[in-house]
This record gives sequence, structure tokens and C-alpha cells, in this order.
Amino acid sequence: MTLPLGPTATTTTAESVRRRSWLPWAAARLGGVAFVLWAVATVTFFAIRLIPGDPAEAILGGPGSQASREALAQARKDYGLDLPLGIQYLHYLGRLATGDLGTSYSLRSPVTTVIGQNLGPTLLLAVSSLVIAVVLALLLALWSSRSGRVAAAAGSVLEIIASAVPHFWLAIALILLFSTALGWLPPVSVPGPAGLILPALTLAIPLAGFLGQVMRESLLDALASPFVLAARARGEGESGVFWRHALRHAAIPAIGLAGWAFGSLISGAVVVETIFARPGIGRSLLSAVQDRDVPLVLGVVLVVAVGYMLVTTLTDLADRFVDPRLRERS
Amino acid sequence: MKRLSTVAPSVVVSLAILLFIGIAAVAPNLLAPGNPLAIHPMASFLPPSLGHPFGTDESGRDVYTRIIHGAGASVLIGITATAIGLGLAIVFGLLAGLGPRWLDFGTTRFLEVLFAFPGLLFALLFIVIYGPGVLTSTIAVGLATAPGYSRIIRSRVLVVKRAPYIEASLVLGRSRFFRVTRHLVPNVAGSLFVLATLGIGQSIVWASSLSYLGLGAVPPAAEWGAMLSAGRTYISSFWWLTFFPGLFIVLTAAATTLLGRGLQERVRS
Amino acid sequence: MTALLSVRNLSVTFGAVAAVHDVSFDIPAGACVAIVGESGSGKSVTARTILGLAGRDATVSGSINLDGPDLDGPDLDGPDLDGTEVTDASPRRLRALRGRDIGFVSQGALVALDPLRTVGREIADSLRIHTNLSPRQRQQRVIELLESVGMPEPTLRAGQRPDELSGGLRQRAVIASAIALNPRLLIADEPTTALDSTITAGILDLLAGLRERGTAILLISHDLAVVSRLASHVVVMRDGVVVESGSTQQVLREPQHPYTRDLIAAVPGGHAHVGSPAGDPVVSAVGVTKRFGSRVAVDDVSYVLPRGRTLGVVGESGSGKTTLARLTLALERPDAGAVELFGEPWTASPERDRTARRPRIGAIYQDALSSFDPRLTVRQILADALGPAATVGGRATEAELVTLVERVGLKATVLARHPRVLSGGQQQRLAIARAIAPRPDIIVCDEPVSNLDVSVQAQVLALLDGLQREFGLSYLFITHDLGVVRQVSDELLVMKDGVVVERGATEAVFAAPQHPYTRALLAAVPDLWA
Repeated sequence: MTLPLGPTATTTTAESVRRRSWLPWAAARLGGVAFVLWAVATVTFFAIRLIPGDPAEAILGGPGSQASREALAQARKDYGLDLPLGIQYLHYLGRLATGDLGTSYSLRSPVTTVIGQNLGPTLLLAVSSLVIAVVLALLLALWSSRSGRVAAAAGSVLEIIASAVPHFWLAIALILLFSTALGWLPPVSVPGPAGLILPALTLAIPLAGFLGQVMRESLLDALASPFVLAARARGEGESGVFWRHALRHAAIPAIGLAGWAFGSLISGAVVVETIFARPGIGRSLLSAVQDRDVPLVLGVVLVVAVGYMLVTTLTDLADRFVDPRLRERS
Repeated sequence: MKRLSTVAPSVVVSLAILLFIGIAAVAPNLLAPGNPLAIHPMASFLPPSLGHPFGTDESGRDVYTRIIHGAGASVLIGITATAIGLGLAIVFGLLAGLGPRWLDFGTTRFLEVLFAFPGLLFALLFIVIYGPGVLTSTIAVGLATAPGYSRIIRSRVLVVKRAPYIEASLVLGRSRFFRVTRHLVPNVAGSLFVLATLGIGQSIVWASSLSYLGLGAVPPAAEWGAMLSAGRTYISSFWWLTFFPGLFIVLTAAATTLLGRGLQERVRS
Repeated sequence: MTALLSVRNLSVTFGAVAAVHDVSFDIPAGACVAIVGESGSGKSVTARTILGLAGRDATVSGSINLDGPDLDGPDLDGPDLDGTEVTDASPRRLRALRGRDIGFVSQGALVALDPLRTVGREIADSLRIHTNLSPRQRQQRVIELLESVGMPEPTLRAGQRPDELSGGLRQRAVIASAIALNPRLLIADEPTTALDSTITAGILDLLAGLRERGTAILLISHDLAVVSRLASHVVVMRDGVVVESGSTQQVLREPQHPYTRDLIAAVPGGHAHVGSPAGDPVVSAVGVTKRFGSRVAVDDVSYVLPRGRTLGVVGESGSGKTTLARLTLALERPDAGAVELFGEPWTASPERDRTARRPRIGAIYQDALSSFDPRLTVRQILADALGPAATVGGRATEAELVTLVERVGLKATVLARHPRVLSGGQQQRLAIARAIAPRPDIIVCDEPVSNLDVSVQAQVLALLDGLQREFGLSYLFITHDLGVVRQVSDELLVMKDGVVVERGATEAVFAAPQHPYTRALLAAVPDLWA
């Protein structure tokens, strides 16, 4: 029943709601993305200057890096550190716009090159993990909907525990099980699918736990809803109810989590790539932090931010595709 | 008041685990009477056995004893990081939810920017600026979790703000101050408890992940993360050095998460 | 002639709770039988059990036998189901039965259609499951079905989603999906609840038309007026048991069982309101207008509420009556015009000037429970309400609290409990207690009895009436129910699309409605006393 407090929601009249053009929405969205990217760039700009000591030293490996005077002078010239702050900022934004992310001092090559080489493997890892996670979550959801109350509760507990396990421990446990004890899979990443399985599983299991919980709730809600009762009353069998009705409803909140999932996967990749000695931007990032290689760290952070914005925008589009109700509302 | 018959078994188990860890944190000698720092070079790298249930490390120290004595430090790190994160989140959430619209707009955009630094990345950025160590990693974890909590608190504030009972209070002639303190804050605070419970486990995991990567606590401290850091190099050969501290971290995180979710269910019904 | 559906000694239990106990009745072919009862009577459970949809944790005993000739319809797949015993049937037989031999219109049309799918697909599902028709043929049949249920622009509608249709059209779509295969029996569970009365008339006509074409109908309803319009036989249920049954004429005119008698007596509108003489105006609104974006919710409305009288505001959803209530409470600021309270500016004043006067005008709502802070007990809620106005140092005494709850018909034991464990009627009584605690002069009542069972409704209305006499209260009473408005109000306003289309003394308006809309409203209400 609608609450009497507050204006009554517009009752749809006999005419259908006019479909508003999606253009203003797209424009607003694009503006939002541009703003966030600009803000992230600004944060990274100031990050260098927050490091205690000489910014030139920071660029070359942090305070106490014992860089030569020539190198310091060169860094000052390259980054325009002697210029007023405002001009530096504009230079910085300009360089970003042209794709120049500076030079990684520890690897002695442009940051863009380093990232370019390492982005592929990480994306491969992330996508494989996502696929495994979704399949696992779906299987769990399917099994939940068919089983009794005790089994469903047990499944829920399993999901919760899975989502709470830290990546590094899970990796160790999986290595011990599949590599040391059973000898099925290599403990370090090798080129080819065999080397991808354990790392992908390590990332997939906690994610599946999370996705599973979210899907389970909306799945159970959907299965208990009046429209599912109506479907059953038409003679729809259990599988028809699941695939035609409940699944779509369960997917909606899961899609909403995609942005967060992306972040979680990249974050987890740092640990997983390190443990399995797998090339990728996660491992590069960690080495960069350990070496105080500031330009590389900032470069990775920027690229990840761009990726994150991309994913959330795609998620919004997917949301509108799956839930048509969102299309008319702005 | 909870009736015992309606408490889920998972919650009971979680409470038992947390009780054990709590005792370990506060009175470790009750559970492990030995000295966590005592070195026995001849007994180094011993696998798990009856005398040393979790084995010994590179200096011959008993891993079990170190884990128990390290609980306090690890739990403290988790609590501190959560306090930082929630503290900031309460400020942001209340400002955004209760303040004028421009403040909400500004805060939300600010949070959006922070979200573009997912998970560990923010913590790593912080550490690259201020250097590794226990203090910086704790603060880093706190800061990294703050945006997530802020969003939750903000939406809770918005929901409660529009609730019918707040308006009913207005109709009775109550002041804004009364409505906020008597109705709004208690109804928002309820969810804080759940967040804190969930958060402590999560913070311990993140902090220990940073320690594992060598960016947090360092040996010879008996803190769980430090033990992980030291055992990193020996994973394949002496697996128990990392496995058991990690196991305790997992137990703590799982227990707090199960407890937190259980509380959430309760509040919902 | 054997009945189409024969239910004998049906019992349904959920664990220890017996929702339905030893229920028996028959449905002759082509007739409409109604099960009447309030919430908790077991009528909905009975309906679902006939389809074998009682639920996984239900234990069913007794017999439900479906028999009788098929009606004309598209060529059907599946086993011949004459003489089916539902309680024994295999899942496959049950699935064949559902939708094909028995159609089901579930409670709440507003949510009975999947919001993510188009209406056309939902209707086509029955055809897909039970027939061999091609997609194109199915589509064609869907259009035919929509036409037969009176859906305007059927081809357009079939491609729309439920949220794009109004309540009445959604209900028609639901009915279309239920009769897609021309079932012998249609079970309709509360098919007109939550629909406006003008729309209800159309739906009832539709159902009557189906019955005339030979479909038997099992009508589940709490609304006796709807039942009298459609059903030839009535079964009265209470707490899972049949208390009375017989022909509609007999049960409604000469009820035997005391419960049935009470039920009929409780239906509002049977008699007119007896009010006290009017006093000075306590609230007056002049030319009040309120817009939300481009939509005008209230358009140039004026009224006067005199002391000690009840002004009813009746209208359908979207008429602006709730917005008018909120304007009266100064919870919204009008875009034009103003409301005055005791002759002083009310909506025109800033909020800080209104705070001191707020205790004099209170409110009760349709959903009482959500208006209580879920963390507080009854005692705390009432103490808060008594707070500012209470005697001893601003804090309420136990004696005052007990007096307050007893005045509204609750026991003192309720003080320690939380509102959520109280029944709907008790919750509304609590809301009334909270409203009268600061000794107001006016109470704005926004659909306060719409969520309550009929017998509880009557009690709450009687309580409000008693309080009005005792304290000289004035009520602004918002409702969509014409029976209720007739029973409670001295004067009334009829609103449509934000405008007052008719006003006057209640009896005068009921006797001789002037505006065509008022006439339509009155005509649409199935009259129990015709």
C-alpha cells in the first residue's frame, strides 16, 4: 500500500509514459566521468608534492635515494619543478592528455610502456576470475532455490566465509592442496591455461561468495513474489520459473556490483600476481611501491581509475538493459 | 533481547571463536604460557608436532605461542583502522545526509573520486607517500575503507530522514533537534554496530595483506601480519609459518563477518 | 448434476498452525461461488490449495475433486483431466491443470505481473506451456484475449510492461492471462482490492460476462458488496473454518451465524452520520494550489472545517486528497492560496512560528506502523507525545499513560510492548492515542481504516466518533470509500484530478449528486442494500 505521507506517486494514466530521449542522461554521465578523471589526476599531481622532502628526489626514488646532481637537475627540468605551481599543474594535465605518464626510474623506461606490457595479463586474469565467479555464484543460487531450508542456510554460511577469506591465504591453501599435495597444478604461474587456473580461482572464490550472497537474497525474494506464484498458477515448472523470471531479478543487484568487483579484482591481483610470480600491473605496482618509484605508482593508479570509470559506465548501461524500468526514469 | 532458541548456530560458533580470540588478545598467557620471543636456534623450522602444534619458525620460536600473543596487536590494528574509517564515514555521511543539498552534492562527488581508487590501491598510494610501517598501514586501511562506509551511512541517513515516523514527530510539534537526536541518530546508529563488526574483520584482513606484502608490520613482533611477512619466502618449504597465522586471520574475519551478517538479518526482521 | 469442483473436509496446516480446517463446499459449473472472510480466515490458502500451490511446508488433507465438461477452447496438450483428485495428483498433472482447467487471478494485480517482462509475454506463457501454437499464432491470440477483456489499444498494450499500465488495465491483463485457455474454473483472489471504485465496476462487469459465457468463478473477497454483485453462493470463513454457507440472498439478508451478522452490520455506510451542531471555523483554506513539477496535485481548493464537525474528502487515487491533507497540516507549502488555523496564518507562517501551534492539529495515517519509531515501545511513543503538554514537569506519569491507552480501548499491558507485535486495529488505536495525547482540536485522518478488516474498521470508526463527541474534535477525513465517508462525515468534498467537483452536506450529496463524476462514483459502488 502506498504510504499516505508524501505526495502520491504519479499514477500512470491510460497513456504510456513518454519515452524521454537518453541524450541528456548520456551527457550528464560523460560529464561526471570527466570530472572524476580530472579529480583523480589532480590528486596524483599533489601526491608527489606530499612526499616529505624534495619532489625531484621523490620522482627518483624517494628521500635518501642518493640520486646524482645531474639526474636531479634533469628531473627538475622535465617536470618543471622550478616553475610556479599553477604552471606545473597545467603542464601535468597537458602531459597526461598526450599520454605521457612520465618515466619509471626503477625500470628505466616510460611508464606507459611498462603498463602496456603488463596490462594484458592482468586483464586476462581479471576476466577469467570474473567468469568463474559468476558461474560459481549462479550454480550456488540455482542449488539454493531447489533445496531445503537447512541446505540453503549452509550455502549462505559457505558464501559468507568465502567472501571473508583473504587472497594471500587462499592462494597458499590452494597451492598446498593442488600443487604440493596433489601435484596437479604448478605453484607458480606458467604461460598457458594451467598457470592461470590457481590464480583465477584465488580471485574468483571470494568474489563468488559476495556475488552469491547478493544474488541469493534477490533470488529468494523473486521466488516468493506474487508474479512467480502467478507463473506457477499458469503451469510453469520450476526450471521455467527460475530461468524466465527469477534469474533476471537476481541479476540486477549483481550487475550493480560490477564496478566494485572490478576494483576488488585489481586490488586482489596485486597479491595474487605476487604470490604466483605472474606478470601483471598488480605485481608491477607492488614493486613500484617497494622501490618508491612514484611515477609508476601514479601511472598505474591513473590507468586503474580510467578503467574503473569505464566499467561503472558500462554497468549503468547494462543495468538499463536488464531492468527496463530504469530506461524511462532519468 | 535475543531468545537463545532463535540464534543461528553460525552466530554461536562465531561468538565462541571471537571469545577465544578476545581472551588471546587480553590475557594471552592463559592460552599460551610460553614466551613468544624466546629463541631456540637448534629447534628452528620444525614442522607441526605434539610439542609444537603449529611448528617453529626460523629462530626456533613456537608459532602457536606467537600467534596467541600476537592476537592483541592484530586486533588492535583492526579496531583502530575501523575506528578511523567509521569515524570519517560518520562525519561524511551525516554531512551529506543532513546538510544542505550542495553539501550532499559536494560530498558525494568527493566520495566518487575516492572510489576510483579501489581497495588496496588507495592504501598503496598512501604508503608510497608516507612510507611503510604499522602506523601508516593502519591509517591507510582506515582511509581506504572510509568511502565505502560513508556511502552506506549516507544512504541510511537519507532513508531515515524521510521515514514517516520522523514526520509524525514534526506533526506533534517537536523541534528539529529533538527529531534528530531522539529519532534519527538512534536509527542510524543501529546500522553502525553492524558495520563495525563487519569492518573489524575486514580491516584485519587488509592490514595483514599489507604486512604480507612487506609494507606493514615487520618481524620480530609477534603480530600476525609480521609473521606472514617473515614467512613469505618459505611458502613451499615451510608452509606452516604462513598458513597458521593466516588461518587465524581467516577465522577472525569469518567470525566477524558471520556475526555481522547475522546481526544484519536480525535488524532486518 | 455433479459439481465442477468439489471440496470435502479440506485441512491445511503449516507446522503447528491450522490455516484451514475441515472445509467443504461445491462449485457448480458456470456458477460463481464466493468465499468471504477477513484476514486470517484461510480463504486465500484455500484458493491456492485448490491449485496445489499451498507451499512447500504445507500439509494438506481432504479431497478436492475437479470434474465436468470442458469448455470450447484452442486445441490443448496434455492428459484429460476429468475426475482429477488434486490432493493426489502428480506434479505433472498439476502443471497440466493449472492455467488450462483452472485459471488463477492472484491477490494484488499490481504485483501479479513480472515487472521486467512485457504484458504480452506473460499472457502468452499459458499458451506456450499448454498448446502447440506457433509464436505468431500465440501473439494473435494474445491480442484477441486483450480485446475480449476490454483492453484499449491491445496491440500497443501487449508490448508494454506492467508499470506502463494503470491499475485497472493491469487487472484486465492479469485476467486475460488467467482465461487464456478458457478454463472451466477461474479463481479470483481479491480481484478488485486496491482499485478505484469506478474501475472496480468495470472489472466486475468483465467477470460477470465470463460467468455468463460458462466459466465458473471462485471469488475470494472480504468485500460483501462485491460478493453480492457477482456470486450466487456464499461461504463464510473465519479462522480457517466455515461458519455459514448458502445462497447469497439468504446469507446476506438472513444471516444465521452471529459472526456473519456482525460482519454485515460492520459494513460502513448503512446509516448516516449524526453530528453535533457546527461551531466556528477551526481550519479554513482559500484557493489552495500545489504543483509537483508539471503536475497540478491540488487546484484552487477552498474549504471550511467548523469546530466539532467532520469534513470528508472523497476521491480516487491521484485526486489530490492526500496532498490536501498535507497542506492542511502545513507539511507542504502551497504554490497559491493559504490555509488558516483558528483564523491565523498557518501555511504562510515560517516553521518556527508554527511549532508552538502544532500540538493543536494532529494526524493519523493509513499505515500506522510505519509512523512509529521502530526502536521505541508503546510507553515511550506515548510519553513522547504527552511530553510537552504533560503536567508534572514535562514528563508523563504512569497514570496518565494508562488513562490514555484505556481511553482508546487498549489494555495497560500494551505499554511495555513494541508496536510491531500489535494487530492492525491495535496499531491504529495506538496512533489515535498518540494523536489525542496533546489534546488537539483537529485531527487530519488520511485513510485511517483502509488497511483494516471490516469488523475492526467499524470499531475504530466508533472510537473516533466517541472521541469527537467527548472532546469536541474536528476531523478532516480523507477516504476513497464512499460507505465510510457517508458514515463519518457531516459535509463532504468530492475531488477529482485536484479539483473539488462537488461539495455539500453528506446526505444531500448522496441523495442528489449534481456532478457527473459524483454520480459515476455513486453508481459504481456495488450497493449492499439495493
